[in-house]
Amino acid sequence: MKIAFENKHNTLIAYPDGELDECSSHSLREALDHEFRSERFNSFVMNMSRVSFMDSTGIGVLLGRYKLLRSKNIPFYVEAPTPVVDKILRMSGLYQVITRI
Amino acid sequence: MKNYLKLTFPALSENESFARNAVAAFAVRANPTVEETEDLKTAVSEAVTNAVVHAYPQKDFDAPPEIHIEADLCGNALTVTVRDEGVGIADVEAALQPFFTTKEDDERSGMGFTLMQSFTDGLTVTSAPGAGTAVRMIKFIGAKNA
Repeated sequence: MKIAFENKHNTLIAYPDGELDECSSHSLREALDHEFRSERFNSFVMNMSRVSFMDSTGIGVLLGRYKLLRSKNIPFYVEAPTPVVDKILRMSGLYQVITRI
Repeated sequence: MKNYLKLTFPALSENESFARNAVAAFAVRANPTVEETEDLKTAVSEAVTNAVVHAYPQKDFDAPPEIHIEADLCGNALTVTVRDEGVGIADVEAALQPFFTTKEDDERSGMGFTLMQSFTDGLTVTSAPGAGTAVRMIKFIGAKNA
C-alpha cells in the first residue's frame, strides 16, 4: 500500500492509501517505523481517510505503533477513518486506547 | 438449483484481496448493502489470513499448501467455508476468545475470530491438530431490508 507523510509543527501525519491486510501490513509497518526513526515529532496522527479496507491485521499494526510511541511518550491519534475502518476500530475496542480526533 | 463457488489457491498473503473480493462478487446477485459487502469481505479476509499465517508453518510440504473456499447462495443465505489442510487448532474454544493469539511477538491482535463472529450471522470452526481447519460462516444478505 502507498503511504505519504507530512510533518506539521512537530506533528507527524501518516496517510496510508489502499487496502490494509496481512499482505500490505509488512510494507506499512516498515514505512512507519522508518519514518519514526528519521523524523522529529512530538505527536503522531494516522489519517485513515484513504484506507478502503482493513482487517484485524491492521489492528495489530496500529496497536504495535501505539505501544512503540507510548514508550517515547508520543501520543497516537487516529483521524478521519472511513466507515469500514471506523467499524473495525470500534468493534475491536481500539478506541479505548487510541484517541480518534 | 443451488448456486455455488469453489476456489483453490496457494496459501499466500497476496491472494487475500483476491479471495475476499471474489466471494463479495459472488454475493452481488443477492443484492447486498455496501455494509454487508464490507462485513463479508472482512470476515473472509480474517479466515484466509488465519490460514495463511497459521496453517502452514513448515516450509517443506510435499504439495504446495493450499486454501479452499466454497460458497453457496440459497435465497439470501450465503454460506462460506474457508478450509486448509494445515496444522489445525488444538483448542478451538480458546482460539475463539478475543485477543487470543499464538503470535503475540508478530503484533497479531487476536481479533480475527471475534470479527468473523461479529460480521456474520453464524460461525462454526472444525479443526484438529494435523487435520486442517474449516471455518464455516453464514451471512444473511439483505436481512436488514427484509
